[in-house]
Amino acid sequence: MAGIPHDHYEPKSDGEKWLYRRLPIVGLLYDTIMAPTPKNLNWMWIWGIVLTFCLMMQIITGIVLAMHYTPQVDMAFASVEHIMRNVNGGFMLRYLHMNGASLFFVAVYLHIFRGLYYGSYKAPREVTWIIGMLIYLAMMATAFMGYVLPWGQMSFWGATVITGLFGAIPGVGESIQTWLLGGPAVDNATLNRFFSLHYLLPFVIAGLVIVHIWAFHTTGNNNPTGVEVRRGSKQEADKDTLPFWPYFVMKDLFALAVILAVFFAIVGFMPNYLGHPDNYIPANPLATPAHIVPEWYFLPFYAILRAFTADVWVVQLVQFATFGIVDAKFFGVLAMFGAIAVMALAPWLDTSSVRSGKYRPMFKWWFALLCVDFVVLMWVGARPAEEPYATISLIASAYWFGYFLVILPLLGVIEKPLAQPATIEDDFNAHYSAPSARGGSASAQPAE
Amino acid sequence: MLRTLALGALSALALSGGAAFAAGTYEPHVTDVAFSFEGPFGTFDRNQLQRGLQVYTEVCSACHGLMHVPLRALSDEGGPQLPEDQVRAYAAQFDIDDPATGETRPRTPNDHFPMSGLENAPDMSLIAKARAGFHGPYGTGISQLMNGIGGPEHVYSILTGYTGEEKEEAGNIFYENTAFSTGWIAMPPPLSDGLVEFADGHDNSASSIAEDVSAFLMWTAEPKMMARKQAGFVAVVFLSVLAVLLYLTNKRIWADVKGKKKHA
Repeated sequence: MAGIPHDHYEPKSDGEKWLYRRLPIVGLLYDTIMAPTPKNLNWMWIWGIVLTFCLMMQIITGIVLAMHYTPQVDMAFASVEHIMRNVNGGFMLRYLHMNGASLFFVAVYLHIFRGLYYGSYKAPREVTWIIGMLIYLAMMATAFMGYVLPWGQMSFWGATVITGLFGAIPGVGESIQTWLLGGPAVDNATLNRFFSLHYLLPFVIAGLVIVHIWAFHTTGNNNPTGVEVRRGSKQEADKDTLPFWPYFVMKDLFALAVILAVFFAIVGFMPNYLGHPDNYIPANPLATPAHIVPEWYFLPFYAILRAFTADVWVVQLVQFATFGIVDAKFFGVLAMFGAIAVMALAPWLDTSSVRSGKYRPMFKWWFALLCVDFVVLMWVGARPAEEPYATISLIASAYWFGYFLVILPLLGVIEKPLAQPATIEDDFNAHYSAPSARGGSASAQPAE
Repeated sequence: MLRTLALGALSALALSGGAAFAAGTYEPHVTDVAFSFEGPFGTFDRNQLQRGLQVYTEVCSACHGLMHVPLRALSDEGGPQLPEDQVRAYAAQFDIDDPATGETRPRTPNDHFPMSGLENAPDMSLIAKARAGFHGPYGTGISQLMNGIGGPEHVYSILTGYTGEEKEEAGNIFYENTAFSTGWIAMPPPLSDGLVEFADGHDNSASSIAEDVSAFLMWTAEPKMMARKQAGFVAVVFLSVLAVLLYLTNKRIWADVKGKKKHA
């Protein structure tokens, strides 16, 4: 843990010293749990703990569910019903796992948008941001494959539509699709490999999470002011930070308890509300549902996928310029992955020298519009592909790309940022009056 | 309580919902029924489930199966709660080809209900869940959330939604039904007044037995509903108490650091 100066673990007893010389694991845990953390973190900094909890809950419930589940096309649906009816507490495990995916995505979207507002992606935290994006991609893959496992109608047809995206790649698309599915169509081979990968990927995510934490413990947390912790001496750093334990552990646990109370109300009283009722109909390759809709957390990107139809001039232009290699279908796929790619590139697209959106008067409005845009995309992704939804999704998709590719680079040049506090301590003292909170720096900024 | 909680947490999600069903085509009409199992504290009415079982057995089971439901569940707590000897007698009226011996024998409580006997009659085990959330603007499930209109209401509405009109298409007869997704259903009207005779002389009008069998099908779809609600309630109470304690702990820990909050 380079960077912020702080106390390190010192082995005291002989036993501790013995272990420390051989494996400094206690020291590693101590440094992690006592990490100096900016003391002005607000309530948007709780989602990391919620996400860690979600990953653990999904892995634990998932491992038990896997003990009772059968990944075989004729038995998968019935085995889920077996879990719901015959396994002790099975209905609870399954509903926790099912709704746990939704909680996971609620938390990850709030976590990502927090990062976008407070500029957490900016130097020196680009690597943390990129790893976060990889975690997000792995989450989407895991959730998608998990949704296929109950082998209901939406499982089957969702899998057919999404794997069909790879078929849109020019030339090699069909071969890739067949390779992914293990055959010409979604079938037993597909179900088996999805089960295998659905079990594997969460552990990949866990590994990435450790690297994610390692990265931001190296750079230190961002904070609502975006002003860095002073690192000149330990005394200075102590004025800006508090140890993670107990200050932030308790704060995060409190937030987690509140969020879980809401979560358990949903699991207990309306566990199927967020799912598609058609998934209680066994998969039938001969009957296409009237309306194939992905889970809510995929809707914004599904909307972008569908927005670029063959009658949009940009699509026609690209098709003409590439001699038809990039057709409307492939364009949609590129747009969908591109929407995540531009978000991942935010550290290099944002030209502003100011980190936190708090001190960026113009950025604030564009960011608020991006949040609205995201909700609009989510809403329009569930609508049928017809007017006026087609136009709305096109405008909303255009704004998503416009925000990252045009607005972020331009704002840094034309925007005149507000004055930032000199230190985190100043910002903290502007809000709180405890004597111990008043440190050396006397020039506290007035509260606005 | 649930609704306010859910609304706060889900206002963004509710916009999109998970569900969309047959948008833009015929808008089926679904009647709201005040079932005893609605709401966070609603429970199944044991007598109603027993009547529903009788309606299913005497009418529906001619074509529709319940393949996912184990017969022994009939004696489970929170269900029809038939005595075990009655469950054994009930099970024995259905035969099964024993997969182990290859011989035909009467079913035991460890077997499941039979499958559908008619090829185009869907299995009813999960129909009450498979037809939930169909309602509201483009099937976002808003009615399910706000009014508690869900799958059992759909079953009830199908059973009572016949207008009496018939039409023939390619040799098949279709019956007009205001609750069916296309407006025309292949199933002839299954219920009529007095079709089923209850031992206790309970109301056996067509709409009353439709309600009973809809409640029974909700139970077959979600047999652990009462245990689930109980677990949810206990968890919410426990977590609320824990949240208060953690709030106070957190406040105490930070008190020295923060002092009083300035007007900001």
